[in-house]
Amino acid sequence: MEWEAVIGLEIHAQLATKSKIFSGAGTAFGADPNTQACAVDLALPGTLPVFNGEALQMAVKFGLAIDAEIGRRSVFDRKNYFYPDLPKGYQTSQLFYPIVGPGHIDIELADGRHKRIGVTRAHLEEDAGKSVHDLFPNMSGIDLNRAGTPLLEIVSEPDMRSAEEAVAYVKKIHAIVTTLGICDGDMSQGSFRCDCNVSVRPKGQEEFGTRTESKNINSFRFIEKAIKGEIARQIDLIEDGGRVEQATRLYDADKDETRSMRSKEEANDYRYFPCPDLLPIVIDEDYIEAVRKTLPELPDARHARFMEQYGLSDYDAGVLSAYRDLADYFETVVKAADDPKLAANWVMGELSKFLNSNNLGISNSPISAGDLGGLLHRIKDDTISGKIAKQVFEAMWNGEGSADEVIEAKGLKQVTDSGAIEGMIDEVIAKATPQVEQYKAAEPDKRGKMLGFFMGQVMKASQGKANPGQVNQILKKKLDALCD
Amino acid sequence: MSLDRSDVEKIAHLARLQIDEADIPEYAENLSNILDLVNQMQACDTAAIEPLAHPTEAVQRLRVDEVTESNQRDNLQSVAPMVEDGLFQVPKVIE
Amino acid sequence: MFDKTLAELAKGLDTGEYSSVELTEAYLARINKEDGAFNSFITITDEQALNQAKAADERRATGDATAFTGLPIAHKDIFCTQGVRTSCGSKMLDNFISPYNATVIEKFNQAGAVSLGKTNMDEFAMGSSNESSFYGPVKNPWDTDRVPGGSSGGSAAAVAARLAPAATGTDTGGSIRQPAALCGITGIKPTYGRVSRFGMIAFASSLDQGGPMTRTAEDAAMMLNVMAGFDKHDSTSLQTDTPDFSADLNQPLKGLKIGLPKEYFPENLNPAIAARVQAAIKEYEALGAITKEVSLPNTSLAVPSYYIIAPAEASSNLSRFDGVRYGYRCQNPKDLEDLYKRSRGEGFGAEVKRRIMVGTYALSEGFYDAYYKKAQQIRRLIKQDFVNALEEVDVIMGPTTPEPAFRIGEKTSDPIDMYMEDIFTLSLNLAGLPGMSIPCGQVTAEDKSLPVGLQIIGNYFAEQKLLNVAHMFQQATDWHLSVPPSVVAESK
Repeated sequence: MEWEAVIGLEIHAQLATKSKIFSGAGTAFGADPNTQACAVDLALPGTLPVFNGEALQMAVKFGLAIDAEIGRRSVFDRKNYFYPDLPKGYQTSQLFYPIVGPGHIDIELADGRHKRIGVTRAHLEEDAGKSVHDLFPNMSGIDLNRAGTPLLEIVSEPDMRSAEEAVAYVKKIHAIVTTLGICDGDMSQGSFRCDCNVSVRPKGQEEFGTRTESKNINSFRFIEKAIKGEIARQIDLIEDGGRVEQATRLYDADKDETRSMRSKEEANDYRYFPCPDLLPIVIDEDYIEAVRKTLPELPDARHARFMEQYGLSDYDAGVLSAYRDLADYFETVVKAADDPKLAANWVMGELSKFLNSNNLGISNSPISAGDLGGLLHRIKDDTISGKIAKQVFEAMWNGEGSADEVIEAKGLKQVTDSGAIEGMIDEVIAKATPQVEQYKAAEPDKRGKMLGFFMGQVMKASQGKANPGQVNQILKKKLDALCD
Repeated sequence: MSLDRSDVEKIAHLARLQIDEADIPEYAENLSNILDLVNQMQACDTAAIEPLAHPTEAVQRLRVDEVTESNQRDNLQSVAPMVEDGLFQVPKVIE
Repeated sequence: MFDKTLAELAKGLDTGEYSSVELTEAYLARINKEDGAFNSFITITDEQALNQAKAADERRATGDATAFTGLPIAHKDIFCTQGVRTSCGSKMLDNFISPYNATVIEKFNQAGAVSLGKTNMDEFAMGSSNESSFYGPVKNPWDTDRVPGGSSGGSAAAVAARLAPAATGTDTGGSIRQPAALCGITGIKPTYGRVSRFGMIAFASSLDQGGPMTRTAEDAAMMLNVMAGFDKHDSTSLQTDTPDFSADLNQPLKGLKIGLPKEYFPENLNPAIAARVQAAIKEYEALGAITKEVSLPNTSLAVPSYYIIAPAEASSNLSRFDGVRYGYRCQNPKDLEDLYKRSRGEGFGAEVKRRIMVGTYALSEGFYDAYYKKAQQIRRLIKQDFVNALEEVDVIMGPTTPEPAFRIGEKTSDPIDMYMEDIFTLSLNLAGLPGMSIPCGQVTAEDKSLPVGLQIIGNYFAEQKLLNVAHMFQQATDWHLSVPPSVVAESK
């Protein structure tokens, strides 16, 4: 039987506010335990929440970016359950009236097709604290620094049919929130996490199968692996005559499998009701329009512009526009180099290679965009060859200075003095009598191929600095003269 | 409206309240009586009425996003029953 | 000295008749000597009080004083007070030394007030008799076999027994007005949002409101001038201007339109109570007021709706008491669930547990629409009743309570009977309106005189009007000056 997977995703994006969603405590990552948890975050008796306006603005930005309905009146509800990392015994969230209503994004698939994925809603809520299980023999430690950090929970429609589609969707949402500057997108620190709802059904069947939820997956690769693994597990289960149980599962990256999680509350009954300590958030058209004016260029728009303005291919434009910092970097390089295609090749080629092998993000590149542009400019104006440029690039990466400084210090400036080049050629020809004889003996249309040997010798003699075009031209002229 | 022992046990569990076995019948009776009282509401037709959550129907004020709280850990944990290395302690949680 | 009102004591401090330290010492001595009979205080803060009094005297000497500087008062033990146990009447918080101040406490501190101590109350403000306190029942100074009302019973008894000239209280369904009525003092529940709830331990967030409990309306205005005002730490705090509550006290009442809801004078109302309230209304007519019958047709639905909304909010508000970060923690929990269940089971008393369970049930899956949503719809009907009535009249009057103070233990076995105590008061909390109770006479029960309260209800933000209406009555009558007989002898 042919099976089809149905995938829906819930993404939790920590909003990049300075203070928490309901208190004035800071949100910086990595502080000592409980030093960023104030009386409100600790739910001391009598403390009350006051809503952070910046979190609202960020949520509205997201809503506008995905062309969603914005809730003119949204309401905070309490989701009640007991857990040590949840100090109030309830999570303040939005169930009935979320700030962002139905919207959508378009994803690009590997074969170049585009697919529209629905976003059901996005709502504001507070993050929980953290439990530390491995520090004490019989006890768990509770750190509430993260408690109260604003989250935007983005819920998709069950529109995805494969792990690849799911990853494309997550990457697109990631690109949008980072471009908007509302989330730092750091998945390793949990700023951007994903719950995957997966079910399978026989292809052609209308109704959904029983779904499982894999929680808190924090890398694109794990999302893909977890979904693939879960689809295979469900299909195997059903084909062996079993049934999928509705359950929350935990993805174990080490074993590359999902396993059933012990339920926090056997029968989840969250007793949602409107939070009486907070009032409805009411926003008008003016507010929304003011936020709209602050929106940066979004990835899709930038993609189109890169193709149009710079003449990049669809693929290159897509890669370079997906992330705001990468796209910004690229555009700075273009400006300095004055050659978009050269810039695209270098950013996606040499630079990406070095960043990847050193595990660095574009924002941590040791070579600034301006400096890379400076290097490319030297290729363009024939100061150095593309090959020498790689050498210069490596020196720049190692902190040896700007392109011009490296070229100067290492004497890599291309030799374009034809006198000097002729001298080198004459020397090579004089030493290579057998090869010259062969050249002379060959049919004229075979001689082109034989030029390579002499080119190599001359470039070697010049330590790569001779202008290859010039060398080729003079060499050909001199050898052909010998044949006459 | 009458609640039985298992209803009381289920509610007490949801609310994480330890209730003495011997007190369950009394809770069941009290709660049943209270539910009878509140069920007087059902006689009122409210189909067209918008629920009222806050008496003054004001709207939420927005706080400026700034950090106003400094580290108060020592002060705030001075009332904690059990703290180790700055972490609140609970019996080991198995996930 | 102990018969003096806040206003009178302020004059004495002004003229130098006595210092704040002398005043404070006298009150502390009196509390330590006499409160055994009433149990109105949970914590007496002798040392802090004397420090505050010293500071107040210094402040007065430098000319930097407010009207309140140096005046001693007591606070209901629901207001978080830094460095002082704040128990909320519960074993759960018996060990809780608050690390911060409630806004109300902060405001009194800034005004230079002296806090004598923290008064007894029903556990987590859940009760109408003060019998649910972990620290034992409070005795009504008019008859120590009877309850003072609740939940602000300690504050009411302390003021009635002249152990403090004034005290703070909170009112979720009548918890200021009902004990004020039963103890023969003056109490006002302001408009919802007028007094900050920050640091006031929540019972039912959309109903709770702090307010003063005093001997006179004039004193209540003085207290409210300190307590009221916008607070950025409370999202539900009103952003409207805060008036001078003392400014309009003496406005003549000629032409005042008083609405008398027929639902507040049912046939089964205690006739002695009805007679005292009618007599008070006659007095208002003598002062130039006009009366008019009005109707609040949904009054009978107030108790059912309240007993969903308040427990539902409470069930969630009280989830934070889990034995992890503060408060009572059970001995040797075997696992996390045991820690939760026993800490909460042992830390909370029976009435609190009952209400948590009612609220939990009402919010649980499948019941939300039938209970919580329904109750909120009825809440709107009740509010609309008042809005309609207050278009026709300036204030609404009636009895504060259906009965005078009842005997300790009389209603403890039947929660419903206890809930009916608040039948005339809790509608106001649902509507968020301001209301007052002032003494308007006494009835005799078993040879003891027991006070009767007149409830005055006003429109939103109309505290000034209520205080004016109450003050003019107190200028024309002397019920508010009556002292419990047992107390008179002692204060001579």
